[in-house]
Amino acid sequence: MADPMKIRATLQGDVADVRVLMAHPMETGQRKQGDKLVPLHFIQTISAQLNGRTVFNADISQAISRNPVFAFKVKGAKAGDKISVTWTDNKGEKRSDETEVRAGS
Amino acid sequence: MRHALVLGVVAAMAAAPWPHALAQTEDPVSAEFDKFREVLEKDNPAELWEVKGEQLWRTPGGPKKASLEKCDLGLGPGVVKGAYAQMPRYFADVDRVMDAEARIVHCMITLQGFTYAELAKAPFSSATRTPDPVSIVTYVAAQSAGMKFAAPQGHPKEKATYAAGKEIFFYRAGTFDFSCASCHGVDDKRIRTQPLPNFTKPEQAIRAVLGWPGYRMTGGVMHSLQWRLTDCFRQQRFPKPDYTSETLSALMTYVTVNANGQVYKGPGIKR
Amino acid sequence: MQQTRRSVIKAGGALGLLAAFGTALLSPVRALAAWNKGAFEAKSTLDAMRALGVNNTEESKEIQIRAPDIAENGAVVPIDITSSIAGTSAILVFIEKNPFPYVGSFDVSQGAVPFVHLRVKMGETSPVRVVVTAGGKHYTSAKEVKVTIGGCGG
Repeated sequence: MADPMKIRATLQGDVADVRVLMAHPMETGQRKQGDKLVPLHFIQTISAQLNGRTVFNADISQAISRNPVFAFKVKGAKAGDKISVTWTDNKGEKRSDETEVRAGS
Repeated sequence: MRHALVLGVVAAMAAAPWPHALAQTEDPVSAEFDKFREVLEKDNPAELWEVKGEQLWRTPGGPKKASLEKCDLGLGPGVVKGAYAQMPRYFADVDRVMDAEARIVHCMITLQGFTYAELAKAPFSSATRTPDPVSIVTYVAAQSAGMKFAAPQGHPKEKATYAAGKEIFFYRAGTFDFSCASCHGVDDKRIRTQPLPNFTKPEQAIRAVLGWPGYRMTGGVMHSLQWRLTDCFRQQRFPKPDYTSETLSALMTYVTVNANGQVYKGPGIKR
Repeated sequence: MQQTRRSVIKAGGALGLLAAFGTALLSPVRALAAWNKGAFEAKSTLDAMRALGVNNTEESKEIQIRAPDIAENGAVVPIDITSSIAGTSAILVFIEKNPFPYVGSFDVSQGAVPFVHLRVKMGETSPVRVVVTAGGKHYTSAKEVKVTIGGCGG
């Protein structure tokens, strides 16, 4: 099972600054272990929802660094709103996690 | 070729106006690294291991099905907050000085029933596996973020361990006739583009302990000071020290005490 | 292109209809927004752009790319991209000298600010090229990032 993401969503005005850490090997298919190539294994799609409504989508390649880090900004958010993030990789594995939007400091 | 590239970049950057105060004390390449190190630190994958480590700390495990919540890191059983910044320290129950990871391993053996042999078999992270003590020490270290290093020197064994660490630091041997001090005992040395801090000076000693445990960008793995110092022995072509041995605790005591009074920023991100 | 497909769906009001039916019906929609295999497997930026339907691009100063002049480690190069172009719907990223230059597309058309932070692997010194889609047009800007070799694990 994939490890949980760590998601932070902090309010800046009515925009939620969303920062996501994902645990994923993002194998390029070019790394050798012993004399064998480790097969391609990488996240392909990411989507984010604000209270269940899709607000951000990404399609990505194996060139994203291992244990990916992304940040994006969602409009029209308020404290207590739910931000959820889902990724799917090339092996069909999937992971979703959720956090609450916190007031900015 | 490589040097030509780096020098070219240095020249190009030196020509450009530099808004950061850092530029006055550092070369432009290091200043650029530092600027983006802040960006990288802001969202550090090390946090993924903090979460994992906390779970491992709280969840009953091992043959004895016990959690680590009764583990004494020096501030009383179960007290995690601030413990990392006050280690290595003397523990009467083992009559030796232990660094954080050595103490965690000790607790996994005494409380959870693991054996040293199984924990020491493959103690460092690979691309596909992070040993539990590494995740746990990452969690423990995070609970000292923002606190000043205060490794105690009150007990005679703590003083003796510092002295032993100092001796190890300056001990020249091996096929290269090398010591830790060969790289880290003088100012302004570097390996390729990386400056090497002088750990004998308090203001630079902090760089020996700051950012560890650290998420290493090369390979994308989590490493602790146990790994870092063990790898220094390899780089010096010394025999490999035993995992969680007194040798490693002594070296950690030397560099941490030298950094006492300076603020620990929590698990870091490393090249 | 995927953007076109989204606007078509929106124009037809199908999205609202599907939302009413709940998530069960959303997965086939997602499947339609296929991960563009052709673009991701292209070996040049130009071929990748073609596969994405990006044929004409216009240089723009309204795309800000914040990335290091020289990366400490090519395995993790942090990049911030901000577009000030009105109506920005997607941000596309290419590392021109990577074996497969197309790194990804970030769809900000459904309620996100035209900004993204990502971290990429770079095999060698290369321009980081960004294409921004806005109002059916494509704008571009690039920044070179030097990749060198570092020291030990400190």
